[in-house]
Amino acid sequence: MKITLKVWRQKNGKTPGNFNTYTLPDVSEDMSFLEMFDVLNDELIRKGEDSIAFDHDCREGICGMCSMYINGRAHGPLTGTTTCQLHMRHFKDGDTIVVEPWRASAFPIIKDLMVDRSAFDRVIQAGGFISVNTGNAVDANSIPIPKEDADKAFDAAACIGCGACVATCKNASAMLFVSAKVSQLALLPQGQPERNMRVKKMVEAMDEEGFGNCTNTGACEVECPKGISLDHIARMNRDYLVSNIVD
Amino acid sequence: MATAATGLFRSSIGRKYLMALSGLFLCTFLVVHLLGNLQLFQNDGGVAFNLYSAFMANNPLIKTIAYVNYAFILLHIIDGFYLAAQNRKARPQGYAKVDQSKSSSWSSRNMALLGTIILVFLIVHMKSFWFEMKFGNMPVTTIEGESYKDMYSVVVEAFSQPWYAALYVVSMFAIGFHLYHGFASGFQSLGIRHHRYTPAIQNLGTFLFAILIPALFAAMPVYFCLKNL
Repeated sequence: MKITLKVWRQKNGKTPGNFNTYTLPDVSEDMSFLEMFDVLNDELIRKGEDSIAFDHDCREGICGMCSMYINGRAHGPLTGTTTCQLHMRHFKDGDTIVVEPWRASAFPIIKDLMVDRSAFDRVIQAGGFISVNTGNAVDANSIPIPKEDADKAFDAAACIGCGACVATCKNASAMLFVSAKVSQLALLPQGQPERNMRVKKMVEAMDEEGFGNCTNTGACEVECPKGISLDHIARMNRDYLVSNIVD
Repeated sequence: MATAATGLFRSSIGRKYLMALSGLFLCTFLVVHLLGNLQLFQNDGGVAFNLYSAFMANNPLIKTIAYVNYAFILLHIIDGFYLAAQNRKARPQGYAKVDQSKSSSWSSRNMALLGTIILVFLIVHMKSFWFEMKFGNMPVTTIEGESYKDMYSVVVEAFSQPWYAALYVVSMFAIGFHLYHGFASGFQSLGIRHHRYTPAIQNLGTFLFAILIPALFAAMPVYFCLKNL
């Protein structure tokens, strides 16, 4: 199939970028979106041009590295998927596809389609941890946890930190990410000692990074490759209020 | 405690609490305002409506609640503009191509625009009735030997003008769409979410606040406008 790509090219964070158009005459529909970029980059390198920088790692949909805002949607036209798991069969022969980087002031562009998502790491560093005693490892399952709570915590922990929530949010808000990281610990007994401190510190860090505010549009939940629910945002809203009252 | 409170309401989540609390208060105000204004439909030459508007203007409890109401309106407006400005700053360079129709409702993406339309309406609305009642030169009517400001005839005269009625209808659409998202969103901002009750809250927001209340409000100018034709 023939695909025309309009790709955002930007040398670095300081110089302004623009779209470049590339035509790929023979794309296999079994290729993933990233494999199509591999083919394109191969050709660019052979021609002596600068290849397109984009993030990727596991290519199995579980690492959260691949980004790309494709035809106006984070990770492309499918819901609940990463870019590496998006295949060209979901496009039509002759399509023109616009590919942009995640756009948020908290995610500065490094080059082309690659953005710096270390703001997420700093939010986690602010409180996304639990304290444990050193020494011998504790027996597994020594603390009984209701199955339902464990499942909810696991659902939150499924967040891979890809940033699609920020990319798709009209306000570039990180509430879905931060709430998943708050919830996965708030739901478990091990997370209780730091529960109040955690939510305050992480929300403070989130605000400092310059993410937007939550309008509850729900777009993040739809575009999240791991199906993280708005339930977690509500839980964080509750916990934040409680932590400010008791502390 | 004072610093804790200021810190709370300076945070993004705290500012959303303020939006939610003020917004939901204004929703309850809408219900009361509507119930009172339904007196316009009584075919009594405005007696019931004039007695009601005199009561609203003079009762000390109502007066106090009215000032709380004005404060919440101002808070909602100022906080709303502040949040919208912050959100713009969070994405200085927008996307060339955006397709959000599959991931969120139009209302939820246009709350600031809808709110601004409502603000314009509010200014016109307050000038026409609130300002006239307080400071204007009102016509006077006599009910059971006592004289009252004749709010009824001021309202009927305003509503009889097609352009004025049209402005009201458009504004009620804006309120409907604003509350279609806003009512349920307020609960989510306050952390009130439950698999059983949230759908009920959403239905209440849709059928009562987004459809029935704006429709009844819009029916008033439409009724008097058509009557005058």
